[in-house]
Amino acid sequence: MTVLGAGLILQLALAAAAVIIAFTAAPALRARATGIPVTLLALAGIVTGAAAMSGATGGIRLPLALPTDPLILAPDPLGGLFMVIVSAVGVLVTTFGIGSATGPASSRTAWAALPVFLVGMQLVPAATDSVSFLLAWEVMTLGSTVLLMADHASRASVASAGIWYSAMSQLSFFLVLAGFAVLAAATGGTSFATLATVEPGSGAANLAFLLFLLGFGGKAELVPFHVWVPRVLPEAPSHVSAAMSGAMVKIGVYGALLVCVRLLPEAPPWWGILIMILGGASALYGILQASVSSDLKVLLAYSTTENMGLVFLGLGASVLLRSSDAAAAADAALIAALLLAVSHAVFKTTLFLGAGAISHATDERNLDNLGGLGVRMPWTAFSFGVASLGAASIPITSGFVAEWMLLQSLIHGGRLNGEVVSVAASVAMPLAVAVIALTAGLALLTFVKAYGIAFLARPRSSAAALAREVPPLMRVSLVLGALAVLALGLVPGPVAAVVAATFGPQTALAAAPVGLNGVALPGIDAVLDPTMLLVLSALVALPILIVIAVSARRHPARHSALPWGGGGSRARPRMQYTATSYAEPLVRVFDDVLKPSRDVQVTHVGESRYLVERVTVQQKVSDVIETRLYRPLLNVVQRYGVLARHAANGSIHRYLTYSFVAFLILLIVVSL
Amino acid sequence: MIWAAIVIAIAQVAVFVVLAPLVVGVMRQVRARLEGRAGPGVWQPWRDVRKLLRKNPVRAQGSSGMLRAGPVAVLVSSLLLCVLLPLVGTIPFDLIPSDLFVIVSVMLIGVVALALVGLDSGTAFGGMGSSRHMTVAALVEPTLLLSVYALSIPAGSSTLSLIVQARLDTPEIIISPVSVLAIVALAIAIMAETGRLPVDNPGTHLELTMLHEAMLIEASGRDLAWLELGSWLKLAALLGLVANLVVPWGVVTDFGAFALLLGTVTIAAKVLVLAVLLTVGEVFLAKVRLFQVPELLAGSFALAFLAVTASYLVA
Amino acid sequence: MSFLGLATLIRRGGRIAEPAPVAPPLFPGAEVFGGSVQVRFINAGGCNDCPAEVSAAFGPVYDVERYGVRLTPSPRHADVLVITGAVTRNMAEPLRRTIEATPTPRFVIAVGDCALTGGIFADGYGLAGLVSDFVHVDLEVPGSPPAPDAIVRALRRMTGR
Repeated sequence: MTVLGAGLILQLALAAAAVIIAFTAAPALRARATGIPVTLLALAGIVTGAAAMSGATGGIRLPLALPTDPLILAPDPLGGLFMVIVSAVGVLVTTFGIGSATGPASSRTAWAALPVFLVGMQLVPAATDSVSFLLAWEVMTLGSTVLLMADHASRASVASAGIWYSAMSQLSFFLVLAGFAVLAAATGGTSFATLATVEPGSGAANLAFLLFLLGFGGKAELVPFHVWVPRVLPEAPSHVSAAMSGAMVKIGVYGALLVCVRLLPEAPPWWGILIMILGGASALYGILQASVSSDLKVLLAYSTTENMGLVFLGLGASVLLRSSDAAAAADAALIAALLLAVSHAVFKTTLFLGAGAISHATDERNLDNLGGLGVRMPWTAFSFGVASLGAASIPITSGFVAEWMLLQSLIHGGRLNGEVVSVAASVAMPLAVAVIALTAGLALLTFVKAYGIAFLARPRSSAAALAREVPPLMRVSLVLGALAVLALGLVPGPVAAVVAATFGPQTALAAAPVGLNGVALPGIDAVLDPTMLLVLSALVALPILIVIAVSARRHPARHSALPWGGGGSRARPRMQYTATSYAEPLVRVFDDVLKPSRDVQVTHVGESRYLVERVTVQQKVSDVIETRLYRPLLNVVQRYGVLARHAANGSIHRYLTYSFVAFLILLIVVSL
Repeated sequence: MIWAAIVIAIAQVAVFVVLAPLVVGVMRQVRARLEGRAGPGVWQPWRDVRKLLRKNPVRAQGSSGMLRAGPVAVLVSSLLLCVLLPLVGTIPFDLIPSDLFVIVSVMLIGVVALALVGLDSGTAFGGMGSSRHMTVAALVEPTLLLSVYALSIPAGSSTLSLIVQARLDTPEIIISPVSVLAIVALAIAIMAETGRLPVDNPGTHLELTMLHEAMLIEASGRDLAWLELGSWLKLAALLGLVANLVVPWGVVTDFGAFALLLGTVTIAAKVLVLAVLLTVGEVFLAKVRLFQVPELLAGSFALAFLAVTASYLVA
Repeated sequence: MSFLGLATLIRRGGRIAEPAPVAPPLFPGAEVFGGSVQVRFINAGGCNDCPAEVSAAFGPVYDVERYGVRLTPSPRHADVLVITGAVTRNMAEPLRRTIEATPTPRFVIAVGDCALTGGIFADGYGLAGLVSDFVHVDLEVPGSPPAPDAIVRALRRMTGR
């Protein structure tokens, strides 16, 4: 029995035990009683994944008799890395969920679905053939759908979210299934090793690539399949949205990496360009929608679209550069994409858990009603703040190193030894840099808005004024997440080396540690040591702090009752800038893309048109892709559905006619 | 090599901490003389900072530690810019190269800290300034990155020190069309980022026209001193960068006592000349409407993008 | 105005500021400012003549900025409060808030007869008091309205230049 085999069996056993405990434990103990085996399940996932990354081999065979290649779960180093990522997210999420899940989110079904969801996510990267991959995928989808629907009895929007989520996840499942089917038909087997023998450049390879890109892209929240994201993630319980956004979308990324690195490694340039276009569009659209959103969870949900867009942008750049033989830059772009995914898993989980903590303390999701939480919830403020810095790619966080690496690979990717790599690269690289720069700037605005409006200034509602810090267990997961964001940012060298090694010995040379755990990219002559930057800042800050210490004693501060707002006597906290007002310049600048709808209603006093009693202003920014693309399509489908109802109207005579005609056609076809 | 880098870094910080208020003083004095006034003298900003450090700050109840920590972060970010940019010399730190994304990110630390200080003020003024400032910063970042990218292509590296070095070695690239386009785009982006006309009027008293000043309204005493000094340092450092990209001679490339002295004197002279030119230009400009600023920035982005694609396709 | 028009105006205008008179003595306690004073101007009520004279003092002819004095929009940045007009009922609370918002060390200059004695509004129904009823006045500039020279002299006593 190998280590990997034991680990996989342990995970399945713990999942089964957790499901049984969820159904049998007393309600008061259910959360903790189920939470413990689920946390152990996640920890087992981390250990198994780490073992796979360090080169251990082995696995288990699923005892299902199907007319395909044998169903073997045996994670390779890349699968091991993703197993570690989703398991780590699982640990944070479960620890938080034990404290935060109350009411319907703590029901038997909800707690039974959590281990199902987590074990599905942890086993997808372990699959070595398409059937076990799809089985684990569906287990993951089933678990997440049940978890999402936890609150459906009390809110109608949850039911609608459930429908959208099921439809979109089944759509991506069918696309992935179709992709595997095309490859299986072309190569005659279902295991990944067999599927990889498809002839590069053939019609089957191209078709399969397109299907895979759309299927995995949909799971990874890319445009135009992102429409489920702003509906679903806010409606799920907080720890579930954290798991979905932090871990589940990584499975989509894993699928895309599987396709690009293992199944179809020989890629023509247009594949890379297509991935880059999809990624770039998602990044821009996602962050634009996030920056104008006032609902904290919708903001975080759209921000995931942006980050996944950047991951796919890096992946596409890697595919494009490799097809033009710029191997060093291609490797760097691939490692950058993976680092982006890893850092996103950490900071997005922390952000969603922080939003969950805010929701737990104030029952509010709308940023316009929050404020002043920094002094009332210091631990949450710290964790959310550090994670926001990571999301905005500010130095010494993990997001900064990943984005730096991506930019380096793109800037150096256009030229190889002074020669232009290809015309496509010459246009794609500058465009990609421009897209990354714009999304980075907008991400900065988005997270300054999210943190500043929620945690700084004064409370804008009584709910925010009465907020208190969350219970200790929730604090632990929040702070762990924040520390992980900082840790990954301060030791990028070893992390990048480990990540590079998962792709194989050739890519392992692309990133190396240097200096104080800094990272060096030898192939493209780039070096960065964030710890040195921290040391430098400390040295620079020292004289300032000395001056402050001296000055604070000689010129002590005085506390005044009011902030300076013009001296008016009717100033109130409600007059502060809100999230909607913060984003208003952006809505104006980008109103062609966002197409906000504005409604102004003026109620006059009685008969006089000169006196105004009330003015109501409503501004709504809805998802343009949903209104312009999905609604018309759904309307068309609905109309055909109504027409089709005439064909199946319940009349037995009509059905007998159909059977008779079908039988006739069958006889004719058989006799030909 | 590391000692040379450390000495040059210390020299850069020391020179620019003295130079930055002087640059602002010179700008105000030139503007005063052009307007027919006598002006307070070029050392007035220094007197302002000295006085601010002698005042007792007033902080509203309910304000968080951001009002204390934010200004320090702004100043640290500007000082880091002075350390990392090739101002007096082009000898970089090996482990923290003055790579374009690192420089822009360090600058953005200050931008974010200032925006958060503005939001923490708890009034509509601070939030308004913060919102406008972040919108401009978001729209300026593509131009900044793309223009330095365009400048990096002839030099073969995105490290600013090496770009300046390459321009010293082959001066013809300074007047190449690609370089001119990129410098113009960079200059417009820097003027927007540092809050100069026509994007922002640093001398305005009308809160509804403020971008940068609105975020400072709540700060007093030493908090205000750090914020003012931080923004002056950022302006001076970025002017120094543009000066070194256009006229790189005098920068220290081989470390030596005389070279260091020459480098210090030349950068001070270049920055002051550029500041005077900037002020003379500003006298003829009026602040544009806030919602026309994105058009201006889009224009500078188009120039930078043109520069990058031209350098790929031409070279 | 066109570029050329403005350039010609600057060239022909030359120096508009009048030569500086003899410096008045430094106000005791104002040494801490070291020659740099930010002024927050408050018009508490009145006929608006004094604000016009203050604005003339800051204009190019009298140019009080050359002595290190600058107007600032926020009282948090201010060292000296220049208050004109008798304090009306609507401006009483804003005046109190502005004074409270100004960091110490700070000084108050009351400009004009209305601020000092109430002037022609002395028994008016809309008055909440005189400036000295709200804050200790350090320097008085009498006149209705005082000439800009007197205002400049008072401000120069704060900077010592």
